[in-house]
Amino acid sequence: MAFADHPTARRSERSLLHRLYSAYGQEAVILVAMVALFVIVGLINPRFLSPENLNTIFSGNAYIAVAAIGMAMIIITGHIDVSVGALIGVLATISGTLAVAGYPVWVAWLVPILVGMAVNALVGAMVAYARIPSIVVTLGMLSILRGGLISVTGGAWISGLPKEFLIAQAKPLGVPAPIYFMVILTLAAAFWMRYSAFGRSLYAIGGNPEAARASGIPIERRTVMVFVIHGAFAGLATLLFATQLQIIQSTVPPNLELTVITAAVIGGVSILGGTGTVIGSTLAAILFAAIGSALIFTNVSAYWLRAVIGVLILVTVLADMIRRRRQGRA
Amino acid sequence: MPGTTDAFISLTGATKSFNGITVLKNVDFDVRPGEVHALLGENGAGKSTLIKIISGLYTPDGGTIRIQGETVSFSSTRDASKRGIATVYQELLLFPELTIAENIFLGAYPKSNWGGIDWDTVRERSRALLDSLDSAELDVDTKVARLSVAQRQRVEIAKALSRDARVLIMDEPTASLAEADVQRLMDVVRALRARGVAIIYVSHRMPEIFALADRVTVLRDGALIGTKEIGEVTEASLVAMMVGRSIDQLFPKPEPIIGDVLLEVEGLRCGRLVRDMTFSVRRGEILGIAGLVGSGRTETALTLFGITPAEAGTIRIDGKTVTIRSPKEARDLGIAYVPEDRGQQGLVKAMTIRQNVSMATIDRLSRGLFIRFADEAARAVEAVKRFGIRARGGIEQPVGQLSGGNQQKVVIAKWLETAPRILILDEPTRGVDVGAKSEIHAIIGELARTGVAIVMISSELPEVLGMSDRVLVMNNGHLVTILDRAEATAESVGAAMTVAKNRKDAA
Repeated sequence: MAFADHPTARRSERSLLHRLYSAYGQEAVILVAMVALFVIVGLINPRFLSPENLNTIFSGNAYIAVAAIGMAMIIITGHIDVSVGALIGVLATISGTLAVAGYPVWVAWLVPILVGMAVNALVGAMVAYARIPSIVVTLGMLSILRGGLISVTGGAWISGLPKEFLIAQAKPLGVPAPIYFMVILTLAAAFWMRYSAFGRSLYAIGGNPEAARASGIPIERRTVMVFVIHGAFAGLATLLFATQLQIIQSTVPPNLELTVITAAVIGGVSILGGTGTVIGSTLAAILFAAIGSALIFTNVSAYWLRAVIGVLILVTVLADMIRRRRQGRA
Repeated sequence: MPGTTDAFISLTGATKSFNGITVLKNVDFDVRPGEVHALLGENGAGKSTLIKIISGLYTPDGGTIRIQGETVSFSSTRDASKRGIATVYQELLLFPELTIAENIFLGAYPKSNWGGIDWDTVRERSRALLDSLDSAELDVDTKVARLSVAQRQRVEIAKALSRDARVLIMDEPTASLAEADVQRLMDVVRALRARGVAIIYVSHRMPEIFALADRVTVLRDGALIGTKEIGEVTEASLVAMMVGRSIDQLFPKPEPIIGDVLLEVEGLRCGRLVRDMTFSVRRGEILGIAGLVGSGRTETALTLFGITPAEAGTIRIDGKTVTIRSPKEARDLGIAYVPEDRGQQGLVKAMTIRQNVSMATIDRLSRGLFIRFADEAARAVEAVKRFGIRARGGIEQPVGQLSGGNQQKVVIAKWLETAPRILILDEPTRGVDVGAKSEIHAIIGELARTGVAIVMISSELPEVLGMSDRVLVMNNGHLVTILDRAEATAESVGAAMTVAKNRKDAA
């Protein structure tokens, strides 16, 4: 590296990734990482790119991406929700129970969404009006939901779900239904966040709540609303999660909330609020699933998955902090 | 120069600059043992920079420091404290969960034979120090959290004395004290002086300065205006020294076009610092609000703007009584507020100029569900042009990357987007460089001429006197007086700002 010390040489070496990062943000970095992962692992083991495996990666994890959309909105507004995994567990049980009891399937699909919105309206109200930090409220909610679920169901599985209930197994035009959900919801939410006054106000509240309030933004009402919307996404995620198998386990999916939060953060949503997009969170959710699958196809122990994700979290948050310091913000 | 030989510490030609801006130029200053030397100046005059150089927090770029004739240089507060220099800061730096004795000796605990902390000595010596400060009522084992501000201050002083302080710097020590405590503090200062301690006393309050100081030094714009024996000066002459004379040249004020009364406030109350405010502002008029820090100026603005809604009183706009319970309601009534602290209440720094400029009007800029982006961008471009906002990245540059003056212009632009009829400006030029300052003054003058009623809060007396058609003076939550432009002088406003606290309130 004879001329590495030359200033222009150093700048151009850094520039490709750096330029990509500053122009298109974390989303572009994840997209590049994902393409690279598919190409490299596909070369090592072509079965990685088989339709069955791609279906598992995209369709099987769509519910995480859908839940991460709501989570991204919550974190952008400057809050957090650690109860979403437990909520999805409860909603799945409600949905399955209704389906088995013979209610029309649309009732079994719709009720969890409404319940999710109602539960989160309560959470949002406690955060906005009682001014309890969201981490505390949702930790409480996590315990209530998880404990309540086990007490009520006794851990029994729900089986005998009617065929028409299993929407996640449908394949309109040969493409699994969860992929439609994931793509359409992500694009709609991204559009809404970027182009609506509501979305803009969430960024403002997350960036500086006092300035947002002084600018006439009703931050309490917005906070409750964003929690309600997040509840709706949790309900939609439940729809995909509860209908992918013939049975529903009446337990909380382990670590689901962490996976959802991680997707949002690695997708470029600043954990301090105010920046990020839902496109990033969806891409990151798929990236994890792809990494997990890639480890299997390259014969690496799956236990490495969490370690790899852990490293990704730290690198992403570090990059965020550096970027903030550059902006004179931190 | 008189005083240099017998001074304990003396500075000659002290100079300091930050990022190319000189905040202290060529200042001489000294203090003798057994003397109270008052240091005066407006905000930003360089007082705190000077203090920080003496206490070793800043290293001066030029000039020399001598202690008892010997040239020294401090590279840290530790160095200065070893030479007997101690500071009692405005914001007290004690640990509330530790006891008085623990606080006094923190970092310099006497050790016992086996190397542990000798608590008996700590407590005994703390007791003796407090007694010497006439504070027999303080128990050395009490947690500091349970003490009043005045008591904490005495603990701070005891802490300084425990380090054998020869020079004690007191930065606005009475700013948050009640009248009775002020008297007591002054007694303590006198006792310290009698013991031969050299005291540097920073304060805005004239009565204290005349009661305590032996000499007084005035700084303005980082330069030394003069050091005088207290007998040589009067309150009026000190204020004149602080403010300077060139007000008229600094603020070329266009002839105002004053219309009907637009805003009337009667008996407005909110908390401790907005008590019974009654005033009015006309269209096209600039009402300056002067007062010391903590006199209730900002609180009055926050109440008018609905951030802390009024507890009592009437607000009328155009003769109609209105209620204002939130910033949104205030905005919808045509009130805009450019806050004191840009970073905290004015801007979202991670967002772009475009997004900040539209923030207070984003609902009006939307059609149906979505923001009209073309309109939003066009308005931001116009604001950048109109206010001369300098941004390399144009309207898509995050405001956190702009200079202070340009950030302030963005805040003003944001509020003018709401087309306000009443504009409240709180310290509109704080932390703004000289060029941007006069640009902002020009914008304010122009707005007034278009019929906007302007309320301008400022700690800079020249700004208040230069810009205002009338000057309202506040003190301790009360309105003291409202002066017409012709009556408002540095002397009259300065005197009203510093009148002794109302007896009734102290009780």
